[in-house]
Amino acid sequence: MRPFTYERAADARAAVKSASETPGARFIAGGTNLLDLMKLEIERPQHLIDVGRLPMAEIEDTPDGGLRLGAVASNTAVAADSRVRGRYPVLSQAIVAGGSPQLRNKATVAGNLLQRTRCAYFYDTSKPCNKREPGSGCGALEGLNRNAAIFGASHACIATHTSDMAVALVALDARVETLTPSGQARSFPILELHRLPGETPHLETHLVPGELITAVALPPPPPGGQTYRKVRDRASYAGGLASVAVAGGALALGMVAHKPWRAVDAEAALASGASPSEAMARELAGASSAGRNDFKIPLVARLGAAAIGEAREGAR
Amino acid sequence: MSSVSDWDVPNPVKENRSGLIGKGVDRYEGPLKVTGTAPYAYEVQPPSPPAYGVMVGATIAAGRITDVDTAAAEASPGVLAVWTHRNVPAQPPRGTKAHPRSTAGSKPALESDRVTYWGQPVAFVVADTLENAVAASHMVQLTYAADAPDVDFQARLGDAVDPPGEKDVEVGDFQAGFEGSPVRLDETWSTPIQNHVQMEPCASLAWWEGPDRCIAHTSVQMVKPAQHGLAETLGIDRDAVHLMTRYIGGGFGGKGQTYDDLTLAALAARALGRPVKVAFTRQQMMHGTIHRPATVMRVRLGAERDGRLNAMSIMTWTHCHSDGSFTEHASNFARSLYAAPNRLTGHRLVRLDLPHAGPMRAPGEASGTLSLECAMDELAETLGLDPVELRIRNEPEVDPENGRPFSQRQLVRCLKEGAQLFGWDRRLPTPGQVRDGRWLVGLGMAAAIRGNFLLPAKCSFSVDADGVITVRQGMTDIGTGTYTVLAQIAAETLGVPLGQVVVEIGDSELPPAPGSGGQFGAATAGSAALAAGVNLRKAIADLAVNDPGSPLHGGDSASVTFQDGVVALENRSETLRDLVRRAAPAGLTVEGEIRPAQDAQRWSTQTYGAHFCEVGVDPVTGEVRVRRMLGVFAAGRILNAKTARSQLTGGMIWGVASALTEGNAVDPRYGSLINQDLAQYLVPVQADIGDLEAIMLDEVDDKANPMGIKGVGELGNSGAGAAVANAVYNACGVRLRDYPITPDKLLAGLIAAGR
Ligand SMILES: Cc1cc2nc3c(=O)[nH]c(=O)nc-3n(C[C@H](O)[C@H](O)[C@H](O)COP(=O)(O)OP(=O)(O)OC[C@H]3O[C@@H](n4cnc5c(N)ncnc54)[C@H](O)[C@@H]3O)c2cc1C
Ligand code: SF4
Repeated sequence: MRPFTYERAADARAAVKSASETPGARFIAGGTNLLDLMKLEIERPQHLIDVGRLPMAEIEDTPDGGLRLGAVASNTAVAADSRVRGRYPVLSQAIVAGGSPQLRNKATVAGNLLQRTRCAYFYDTSKPCNKREPGSGCGALEGLNRNAAIFGASHACIATHTSDMAVALVALDARVETLTPSGQARSFPILELHRLPGETPHLETHLVPGELITAVALPPPPPGGQTYRKVRDRASYAGGLASVAVAGGALALGMVAHKPWRAVDAEAALASGASPSEAMARELAGASSAGRNDFKIPLVARLGAAAIGEAREGAR
Repeated sequence: MSSVSDWDVPNPVKENRSGLIGKGVDRYEGPLKVTGTAPYAYEVQPPSPPAYGVMVGATIAAGRITDVDTAAAEASPGVLAVWTHRNVPAQPPRGTKAHPRSTAGSKPALESDRVTYWGQPVAFVVADTLENAVAASHMVQLTYAADAPDVDFQARLGDAVDPPGEKDVEVGDFQAGFEGSPVRLDETWSTPIQNHVQMEPCASLAWWEGPDRCIAHTSVQMVKPAQHGLAETLGIDRDAVHLMTRYIGGGFGGKGQTYDDLTLAALAARALGRPVKVAFTRQQMMHGTIHRPATVMRVRLGAERDGRLNAMSIMTWTHCHSDGSFTEHASNFARSLYAAPNRLTGHRLVRLDLPHAGPMRAPGEASGTLSLECAMDELAETLGLDPVELRIRNEPEVDPENGRPFSQRQLVRCLKEGAQLFGWDRRLPTPGQVRDGRWLVGLGMAAAIRGNFLLPAKCSFSVDADGVITVRQGMTDIGTGTYTVLAQIAAETLGVPLGQVVVEIGDSELPPAPGSGGQFGAATAGSAALAAGVNLRKAIADLAVNDPGSPLHGGDSASVTFQDGVVALENRSETLRDLVRRAAPAGLTVEGEIRPAQDAQRWSTQTYGAHFCEVGVDPVTGEVRVRRMLGVFAAGRILNAKTARSQLTGGMIWGVASALTEGNAVDPRYGSLINQDLAQYLVPVQADIGDLEAIMLDEVDDKANPMGIKGVGELGNSGAGAAVANAVYNACGVRLRDYPITPDKLLAGLIAAGR
């Protein structure tokens, strides 16, 4: 680990100010991802701004009948919130499908969204990785890449986004609220938060440097059933091979792309009366795989169809 | 000449007057461990503040180091030393034994510019803090001339050779028996590399007392070879190394030897004149210590239509390090398991530029049962026989390989009782018939076998003026319960409460014992302890009858009894404490020892079991979840029902991992293992293990050792994974012979089967 300096931000404005003025500064919330990466020298911030104790942990009703999740609310608090469980069960299910109770107690809403990929070559600093060292090559491309993306990958990076929570938030049409370094509050659809890898896989979001996530806002729950299904090698405490979030007519897929994947083609097919299997086939027409991750295409087809069926059952 | 018949006399363990033998006594060291106060090697307080060493691993799998640049690391804050092969202190060449009776030769670290596996320690940084050492370790620049790594096991199977000094073992005429059988099976299974992933990575702390005496704390299963190897490496007298390994956070065979952490800690402590700590990181453990090698196993079975085997063969291909010869003997267990007149077993070895292969819990059986015990399941299906019945029909009367009588063999009882307790009769022979919600449910079973061993060992027993019994032995407890069973043997033998026993182990200055491994630990260490305890009884009895102040004075020392802290002769008695305090205030110390009986080889001595497993398979996703599991075992007298059960259930869980999740993948481009942390190297978590039970049958094996006990540490692992795999097949009708059975593979099978 490289030496670094640390400050506890007094308020959100001070946090973004410091972030924009201090070279090599990063926010830290629960630290469950960032600290691991720092120990391995995958991340090398020179300065940490702790936002974990800012008064942004509230979960509050919004006037439109939705819910606002403070950026530093713990994953445990969100998953256990009775309003979340009652109105957004897909979100609660997605969160508890991730990590372990200990991790969820520390992990925050914003930190979870911004967690970095679990690609094994990204984690091994002795291997090339364009995400870690731009221009060094992609170790996974010709490597052991069972978990590689099937949508939107590039020759520079085939990694997937591994957050469970984010998949549910995408299906729920959540909005991200931020504070920019100049002190402006802004808000945008969560689908616009993450990027596809393209030639620049080290750039993962559309946040500007020093921009702080302050909350995630949920619109009122959509009509219809909700469910989250995650496939993994063991029953708990494992990253997913694929996941599906269904919220009414909305469908999002996890661990299939560099970002949580909104299955718009499948949604359109369902809306025009296609069966769940037909809808998934429509979506997967745009998928591509490369050997070891071939299984993901039939897996997502089957999982998606099953999850849509389950959500419909649940709604009845 | 010593004989197993010498053991055929009463002893305190057999008599078990206080009932302590077999009782599920809590762990002797449990409170220390659960309160975090048991000092593991890295946590021992040295006499002065330590420096921290960090190793740097090679980033090629084969080749040479051509250049070294340590300037930046040396200039980094707090750095005290940076070593590579160019400037490491001189050490004798590998394997040197200055003392001919050393149990291990020298193990020099950073010994040359040659790299023979990815992750091999090639540089070493010591600094005032761990953080400074880690930071500087990233600044060491090494330049390599790399050779193309030769690591592709499957591609190299054709080049495999006989392991050194080994030939195939054939009984009868296998080929003729196989070809002449009306029902035949010929299938191949493969298992991946596995790592021990002990909870405690290897770690060492060393300091010197003057220029000639090295004090070392490390985490190792065998004390003497660790001490001797370190002394040989340091070029000092063996007695000049005081090596301790008091608490060990798991070994599983991976700590059957020491690694460069120990060598470098001791060398650096000498060079810097202060204590030095060195630990492997989790990632470094994967490459830098031994692993269970991958196997390819071809099983051929030839049977009559009634299920009787005519011919049985298991041939194993495996790999080891380019300089090594370790062989995963995955075929050996089959030699004693089933009757068949024509038998062929053997091994082939491929040397690769991979890290060192070595023993891991149930070496041989763990991999081997994953093939043969599934082959038996397949054969049973072909024959239309119940898998339990097929095994019973092939139950031998004597060891089928060498005709020796079994010392004890209760395999059939394990199978039958297990089947009954588990509800095996509810299994539908046709797969894919049972549904529970989204799950297809299936049952599977497998037999378990694991050898039993007894090695030479010594032990000392003391009694002090407080009547406290102290057991001293150069034994180890790798989390298995050694402390506890030694305390039980001592308490039972001397008739004192457990609270009056102190156990000191894990120290090279104590009477030597071979340590923990091969499930020989409790039998070996315990038998020596029993011998020492019996000798102390004699010494105390003699003391009493010869002491005019004792109420026992003048009696027959052989008739003195020991119970509840009291020594008695008929109606005369006094407390042990009063006796020792008066008659031997400085206390008494005696030694005892155990040696293997010279005629023990006349019997085939094994431990046995039967596993039963119920799994759910999600046919949509290929996910497998274990719902319940039962093991029934016959392994001699059980010393402690609780620690034995933990060993057995731990082994069963290991089998679940082997079947479903565990394995290291090799990237052949680098010669490197790719999954290096516990988020990517998957062993079961709580949620993966449903209802789990291990039952131990009553048994005493009087050919095994004076206590009639046998090992349980590895038995639970043998066969467990096969039971899981067989249950997967019964659930969904897909046979996968390439472990682990992960969702991607199972899904492909389900789709191919039209599910
Ligand atoms: C062993 C293990 C298993 C895991 N398994 C899963 C799993 O199955 N599913 C899953 O979804 N996740 C999993 N995770 C990831 C876990 O969910 C994340 O580590 C966690 O959510 C990160 O939250 P945090 O608050 O600790 O973030 P931190 O580590 O503090 O920060 C993560 C990133 O977010 C940035 N950041 C934090 N807060 C803000 C903010 N307010 N504004 C802008 N930037 C910010 C930081 O700068 C940093 O880049 C696992 C993690 C581990 C260690
Ligand atoms: S897939 Fe992406 S994260 Fe993985 S090695 Fe390639 S560039 Fe790095």
